[in-house]
Amino acid sequence: MLDRLQHLLGIEGLTREQITFILDQSKPFQEFQRHPLKKLATLRGKTVALAFFEPSTRTRISFATAAARLGADTMNLQAESSSLKKGESLLDTVRTLEAMRPDGIVIRHSSSGAPQFVAERLEIPVLNAGDGAHEHPTQGLLDALTIRDRKGKLDGWNVTILGDILHSRVARSNMHLLGKFGAKFTLCGPAMWVPRELECLAPNVRRVARIEEALDGADIVMVLRVQTERIHEPALAAEEYILQYQLTEERLQLARPDALVLHPGPIIRGLEIDSVVADGPQSGILEQVTNGLAVRMALLYHLVGGAPADAPHPAKERSNAAD
Amino acid sequence: MLLIKNGRVVDPAGRTDAALDVLLDGERIAQVSANVSAPGAEIFDAKGLVVAPGFIDLHCHLREPGQELSETIETGTRAAARGGFTAVCCMPNTQPVNDSASVTRGIVERAAAGSVRVWPIGAASLGSKGEALAEIASMKDAGIVAVSDDGKPIATARLMRQVMDYCRALDLPVIDHCEDPTLIAGGVMREGPTSVKLGLKGIPAQSETICAGRDVELAALTGARFHIAHMSTLGSLEYVRFAKRAGMRVTCEVTPHHFTLTDEDVHYNTNYKMNPPLASRADREALIQGLADGSVDAIATDHAPHHPASKDVEFDRAPFGVMGFETALGLGLSELVRPGKISLMRLVELFTTGPARVLGLERKIEAGEPADLTIFSTEHEWTYRAAESPSKSRNTPFDGRAFRGAAMATIVGGRVVYRRQAAASAS
Repeated sequence: MLDRLQHLLGIEGLTREQITFILDQSKPFQEFQRHPLKKLATLRGKTVALAFFEPSTRTRISFATAAARLGADTMNLQAESSSLKKGESLLDTVRTLEAMRPDGIVIRHSSSGAPQFVAERLEIPVLNAGDGAHEHPTQGLLDALTIRDRKGKLDGWNVTILGDILHSRVARSNMHLLGKFGAKFTLCGPAMWVPRELECLAPNVRRVARIEEALDGADIVMVLRVQTERIHEPALAAEEYILQYQLTEERLQLARPDALVLHPGPIIRGLEIDSVVADGPQSGILEQVTNGLAVRMALLYHLVGGAPADAPHPAKERSNAAD
Repeated sequence: MLLIKNGRVVDPAGRTDAALDVLLDGERIAQVSANVSAPGAEIFDAKGLVVAPGFIDLHCHLREPGQELSETIETGTRAAARGGFTAVCCMPNTQPVNDSASVTRGIVERAAAGSVRVWPIGAASLGSKGEALAEIASMKDAGIVAVSDDGKPIATARLMRQVMDYCRALDLPVIDHCEDPTLIAGGVMREGPTSVKLGLKGIPAQSETICAGRDVELAALTGARFHIAHMSTLGSLEYVRFAKRAGMRVTCEVTPHHFTLTDEDVHYNTNYKMNPPLASRADREALIQGLADGSVDAIATDHAPHHPASKDVEFDRAPFGVMGFETALGLGLSELVRPGKISLMRLVELFTTGPARVLGLERKIEAGEPADLTIFSTEHEWTYRAAESPSKSRNTPFDGRAFRGAAMATIVGGRVVYRRQAAASAS
């Protein structure tokens, strides 16, 4: 199934089967993170280019760690120190990287569609680590893994997404992914960030103005960061946002008692989410981070390593050997 | 002398659609009638072809002076000739901006060596900066046919009023690129479900419509001739209809890409990025309706060449604009005539008498008129290859598209400036 997947550009183009396969393949890598010796030789001799044209800490470290634990080497390009500052085009930059013969490239870029642009022009697999306001597919997959773990299954949940949804690539990837698994979405945030067109992203989407109504009956609550760097229009006063849209302990009571709270990070405590909720028992925030490693290892293993779908799983082999 | 025999003359000026021969003598048409004989004249056999008045493109960018990497008057007019255009109006957003008689004269001089007639459009404001009036009367003396700050809207209602007042007295049409810049705010495609899905910043249709409404009101105030460039929304069209009903001298043009494509076609391909952006399906349908019912006066290409490297970038960083000369007629035939939306006569009108009227000119196939003719086939099958274009640029969404119908010969001032090799035809 995954053999036919050459790049990971977004969730939109994936099938349910492909998503399930990736999550299943992530599972042993999840276990693997608890192992005292976190190093496999699976991608030994392979090189992964990490091309982060937009500042990123967690996603870059997560990909770098995933590659390292698979035994791959990494080449790092960071926006702040790159030749982009000298006016080099994206195409020239990635062609230069490709000339150093990496076996795959992970790209983060502020322009929506940049990974597709690169994939159409390079021969190596391209993994999208977040492009503009378009998609953040590995975030969608790690969220799905977290949901499946905590809730026992992926299908049919009431999913409430809170915040600046218009500018959120995380929201888009999650809506594409969970929409394929029958989720019912409730979107809530300042109205200019929750336009009607978002209803076209998945089969079952409603928009509500009040957070209390949005949380009523929710199984999953996704809190988005307020993306000040992507907001061109006058920003909302922080006080107004906190008063109207912050996920507080009191408001969380309106959701199902076993509702799972997710946040893609970095969180701004006291703005979009209250500390008590972020650190509370319903929060899956730190599991999301760990699961991110597992999902990215699975993707690198298959896309960069080119492993056939039915190959014995490297993390399982390893655990067996260790026993 | 050149005798065009056996053709089907389609001339909207007299609603003529008949088998007629056309004799050209020097730069003028000498005779139009059935079975002309002219011993010694060179014969052009137009059997199976339509003989139309010369096509006029109200809106293009020839990039000269100043942006010759993308296009020159020489390369642009060769592409225009291949598309069947005998006259093209070039927008003033060159470097320097065509805002003075000296720049206009330079363009006119360079155009003398071009394949087709070049009718410059002058800037409305100095440097198209939206502050002070350009040297409009002097530019008119030097040869401009209209004024526009195309690429940007005329910034304020106050300046637009002054431009319209001034141009009314000079009997020059004022062309506006209608757009409210505060609503565009960094947008790169039409706002709608597709822009939201792609995560690209949207431009609402109202950014055009608001400005069109303002301008129609100012045209009412001043009595000026006002023309909406590359109109892309139903809302703007309704303002044009309102103005026409009121007897105002308000006209508009629609581009082939706007009546062919929609925002759903974008897919991050920068060859689908232009301003105004590709519209919604509903707007596209409305534009076609306007082309059919007479509300729209002209098809104009907005040929906007950009050097290939400048378009080979991330979508939101690419410049706006696509080429258009060579595909306009083919798209008109395939998108409008063949599906039965408009007649062949109406299509010819939109390329000839329609744009001529916008400029206050006549266009007809009659003895004594300039010998500008477009001879085209409705059946000739060919595939557009951007790589073979005489243009210096390649930014077209129609590369590789198969067409049925093409300009077979373009005649300017009695001279055949382009002739398509019929050998390529699938007979």
